Amino acid sequence: MAVIIKDDLCIGCGSCEGTCPFGVIEMKDDKAVINVGCTSCGACVESCPVEAIINIAEEVVLVGDKNSYKNVFVYIELYEGKPRNVGLELLGQGRMLADKMNQKLAAVIIGDKVADLAKEAFAFGADTVYLVEAPELKNFSTDGYAMAFEDLIQTYKPSVILYGATKDGRDLGPRIACRVRTGLTADCTGLGIDEETGLVAWTRPAFGGNIMATILCPEHRPQMGTVRPSVFKKPVPDYTKTGEIINVASKAKAEDIRTKLIDIIKIAGSSVNLHEAKIIVSGGRGMGKPENFALVQALADVLGASVGSSRAAVDAGWMPYPHQVGQTGKTVGPTIYFACGISGAIQHLAGMSSSEVIIAINNDPEAPIFGVANYGIVGDVLEVLPVLTEELKIALKK
Amino acid sequence: MEIIVCIKQVPDSASVKIDPETNTLMRQGVPAIVNPFDMHALEAALQLKEIHGGTITVVTMGPPQATEALRECVALGADKGVLVSDRAFGGSDTLATSYTLASAVRKLGKYDLIICGMQAIDGDTAQVGPSMAEQLEIAQLTFVSKVEINGDTVTVQREQDECYEVVEAKLPLLMTVVRSINDPRFPNVKGIMKAKKAKFDEFGLADLDVDETRLGLKGSPTKVSKIFSPPKRSDTVVIKKDTAKEAVAELITRLKDAKIV
Ligand SMILES: Cc1cc2nc3c(=O)[nH]c(=O)nc-3n(C[C@H](O)[C@H](O)[C@H](O)COP(=O)(O)OP(=O)(O)OC[C@H]3O[C@@H](n4cnc5c(N)ncnc54)[C@H](O)[C@@H]3O)c2cc1C
Ligand SMILES: Nc1ncnc2c1ncn2[C@@H]1O[C@H](COP(=O)(O)O)[C@@H](O)[C@H]1O
Repeated sequence: MAVIIKDDLCIGCGSCEGTCPFGVIEMKDDKAVINVGCTSCGACVESCPVEAIINIAEEVVLVGDKNSYKNVFVYIELYEGKPRNVGLELLGQGRMLADKMNQKLAAVIIGDKVADLAKEAFAFGADTVYLVEAPELKNFSTDGYAMAFEDLIQTYKPSVILYGATKDGRDLGPRIACRVRTGLTADCTGLGIDEETGLVAWTRPAFGGNIMATILCPEHRPQMGTVRPSVFKKPVPDYTKTGEIINVASKAKAEDIRTKLIDIIKIAGSSVNLHEAKIIVSGGRGMGKPENFALVQALADVLGASVGSSRAAVDAGWMPYPHQVGQTGKTVGPTIYFACGISGAIQHLAGMSSSEVIIAINNDPEAPIFGVANYGIVGDVLEVLPVLTEELKIALKK
Repeated sequence: MEIIVCIKQVPDSASVKIDPETNTLMRQGVPAIVNPFDMHALEAALQLKEIHGGTITVVTMGPPQATEALRECVALGADKGVLVSDRAFGGSDTLATSYTLASAVRKLGKYDLIICGMQAIDGDTAQVGPSMAEQLEIAQLTFVSKVEINGDTVTVQREQDECYEVVEAKLPLLMTVVRSINDPRFPNVKGIMKAKKAKFDEFGLADLDVDETRLGLKGSPTKVSKIFSPPKRSDTVVIKKDTAKEAVAELITRLKDAKIV
């Protein structure tokens, strides 16, 4: 596709200028022109009163026969020998996509002596497990794991691959996409099937969460994306389920792996597992000073919750970085998220807006956090928090 | 040491606003800045140069006005800048961008290290760095929060969610950096004067050894099909009372009604 402006029709009214999300439409000599940077999103097409803007189909380079690609693969990323939640969450989404496309769902497990994990993948919905085991693959490495995936893609030709948008997933995904020359949509928060084309519709925030974009990969296979952790719920496992295990030999030799893991340094007080937390109490700049985070901690203790933070509080040195929630921190999806003295900047919302219930305390009734909260108390967080902690303590005892 | 830093000019996303009427981004008056993560990439390069010597070349792909971003980097201490610009590169997704940038890097000749930001704040993909490394067939170290180089051995600390990994690899390689790696410096007067006079190389389609079908919109496997504003909640229960006690009581009643506690 490409968006063009028909010069002969353009009346230079300027209606289209402001509709471009990328700001590349400009008025020159009383005609609209599209500058470098156009992504053919088509947002401007409707705005033209004289239909001078059209979306034309462009010749595309087809790589291979796309119809020979079938089935949905989900990468089960491991941490300390166990599947990360995101892989299991994606088995749920993979099942949904596979069912809609009438195809099978497979889990990809890479590591050393990890065959045991196959039953886990079946319980969470996989029909098939591709198991790539080798001593060289014990730890994650870009080179080793990319080779394993390249081989799987060439041999088994999946139509879709889902990776978790974790650090390793975002390291590996683009490397594979580039090697097999296909598209990869980053950090998705929504998945579905586009009704018109039957393609996977990948939805993701961009511009720091200011806009959402739905992206398709029409001509290249596999269609691939990394998907944010904690956005989707894990399916309910059924351990009576089984499936087919396909053992795939690893071609990676020790010398193919150019990076070497020397050490792992745990982050001090590593109770900051925000991804897995059911309840999170977060504090922001509105807490006023670092000592006041004790109020956040006190509420968290009563609820058995984890403590999160906005970037402002991290930048001020009140909380260590691993607690940061948001675009450049963690994305979380707890059952309940308390935002205490957090304005709700778009970059913060990007990391927590998929929480089930959001409760905000802020003294500014206009704070954007109230735009996503289910419940909001307008008031001084330093007064509200101690009362809330006491009352919840009582309420939970009953 | 020859270091290449890839930088991108982006709209300052902190000041991007949505037009409530039309649901589109209001770009007017939004300042263009160097992607904040790339400032950390440049700072990392400057610190490595202070220890190991060499030259720093900043590379950007974008419209002609992106030379301003290069200028900013020269003011901070970069030695050279290259603008990769051509209409044919327009509409590139991360695959086409990395293909084009990798071609430009090849044309520059020998290098030891390429540094990218972790991600650009417009697309937020974090994909261009690893994709470039693949195009150039070199190793990659992503999400780096600390770096040390000894001879041709690079040792980094890689930021994970629950730990740091210490990882080692040999030059040449590409790394992407996170914010916590350093605090970018500010330009000094001498730097600003130097930047004012700086001239930059420009690479267009004709200068690069590329397959045209892999460029721009045509060479991009992903297509944006729809853009919309994030959905807003309209059913927020806002509690405003004279005392904290009343407000909390109301909240707890509501939470109980909704069976949340
Ligand atoms: C590239 C980029 C990435 C970013 N990534 C992130 C990210 O990952 N996570 C993140 O959080 N931010 C991120 N930010 C920063 C973000 O834009 C905001 O600056 C930040 O979230 C603000 O934090 P805050 O809400 O704690 O502070 P503020 O915006 O200062 O808000 C404080 C709030 O507390 C309220 N308040 C003050 N006193 C009281 C009181 N006594 N009682 C009750 N309420 C009170 C105020 O009304 C205000 O609403 C990013 C920015 C950029 C440019
Ligand atoms: N057009 C570009 N020109 C130069 N470098 C870029 C460009 N796009 C991305 N990069 C580099 O790749 C990193 C990741 O960008 P992205 O994949 O777009 O999130 C950035 O921090 C830059 O270092």
